[in-house]
Amino acid sequence: METGFTFTNTLAAILTIGIISFLWRDNPLYKVCEALFVGVSAGYWFVSLWYQNLLPQLFDNLGISQLFSSGSAEDGALQVLFKQGRFDDRLFYLVAGLLGLMMLMRLIPNLGWISRWPLGFIIGTTSGLYFTTYFQSNAMAQLKSTVLPFTTVGNIVMVVGTICGLVYFYFSKEHKGALGGAAKIGTWFLMITFGASFGYTVMSRMSLLIGRFDFLFSTWLGLVK
Amino acid sequence: MFDKLLKIDRRIIFIFVALALIVPMFLTITQHISVSPEVQIIYDTLKGLQPGSKVLMAFDYDPPSAPELQPMAVAILKYCFKNNLKVYIIGLWPQGPMQANMAIDNVISDPTFKDNPPIYDKDYVNLGFMSGNELVIQGMGSSFLHTFPRDYLGKPTHQLEMMKGVNNFSNIDFIVNLSAGYPGTVEWVLFAVDRFHAKLAAGNTAVQAPQVYPYVHAGQLSGLAGGLKGAAELEKLVGFYGKGTKFMLSQSFAHMIVIVFIIVGNAAYFITRKK
Repeated sequence: METGFTFTNTLAAILTIGIISFLWRDNPLYKVCEALFVGVSAGYWFVSLWYQNLLPQLFDNLGISQLFSSGSAEDGALQVLFKQGRFDDRLFYLVAGLLGLMMLMRLIPNLGWISRWPLGFIIGTTSGLYFTTYFQSNAMAQLKSTVLPFTTVGNIVMVVGTICGLVYFYFSKEHKGALGGAAKIGTWFLMITFGASFGYTVMSRMSLLIGRFDFLFSTWLGLVK
Repeated sequence: MFDKLLKIDRRIIFIFVALALIVPMFLTITQHISVSPEVQIIYDTLKGLQPGSKVLMAFDYDPPSAPELQPMAVAILKYCFKNNLKVYIIGLWPQGPMQANMAIDNVISDPTFKDNPPIYDKDYVNLGFMSGNELVIQGMGSSFLHTFPRDYLGKPTHQLEMMKGVNNFSNIDFIVNLSAGYPGTVEWVLFAVDRFHAKLAAGNTAVQAPQVYPYVHAGQLSGLAGGLKGAAELEKLVGFYGKGTKFMLSQSFAHMIVIVFIIVGNAAYFITRKK
């Protein structure tokens, strides 16, 4: 990355300071930076989706973009169908395009119900895709790795923590007696887990701030070598 | 006095944290880094690869997460290029391949690689971003060429020298996923590891790491580097000290400040409650 007082570095520095200034209090510079961020993000995602999804995946594959270009671009599925009279697998993108159009019907109040069809398709395929994979990776594999012999302290902690944690989420019986004791231990395990997660989150956020400070003092101002 | 402490303006705490982060940047001392077993596994796996082995690097993050993940990327790339491992870059996040290019620029600017800089389509290829999240991983399990018809530069992937003989995950020796969220390590484990039996290590942002640790214990992940600490550990192991190590001092100072404030705040709370 280029260092020093270049135009882009200075602009980035002003935007960084503008966003950080919110820590002091809300101010016009922060508002400008926030609005700019939202606008640029929306624009970036639109362009990204157009050039990386719609254009290559849908319009190029179907042959719609070829209709508007004079180059020697490869024929799309529609050209193959109408010129050569044969079916091209890429014609299936027509179904995807159609589902996409149906989704946009949400914008028309009277036709909004049509968007439920592509939504149903997405929910159905995602559920099917994830059902077995989640069960295999997040249930069976984890269960397998928790069945351990009581030979080390680590193993004991793992087994006891897992069982007590599960007991805490067992609500079919009142948490009294042995069940209550196990649930109490489970609560401790959960609290320690949340504490570790919080610690990691603090670490992560600090790292992000370090990154911005490094940019300001090293890349922009050149004070840190 | 303790009442005042409990009513301390949060902006004073911000100033302390900022100072804790900024001042160490100007110090020349370095912090001792101890290597965790999870990061050691990544290094051991990389070390076990023969020259010419194929390493797939998935850059699933964007600039906000770069302070944590970019040092990991640079460290791993330097190790790969130094040991003649072939690197295949992809991204499930749109900005991922750009982060990869920045990491490669960093490698090229390193004097170690002055005489032997990594060359495109000989040492590495960047297949770019592909939308579709986990479905991209699923597709790669069948065909890389079909999933990534063109590389980052727009060249058809079947024309790339490095893509010859690379059809799917069975032709890849090791995958390193650098992830800041969804789609990321969880999806790689679910689809690449458990479905296609690929060997995967991950570098995660610290906030994501606790979610992923169980996969290491279950053997689904061959190593995990979490946050800046993980990056510093990787740098230590591969012998290229970079920003991960440099930033650790700031990180530690800030953590100390946070711990001090938590202790002082709690002490003040309990003392004033007794009154």
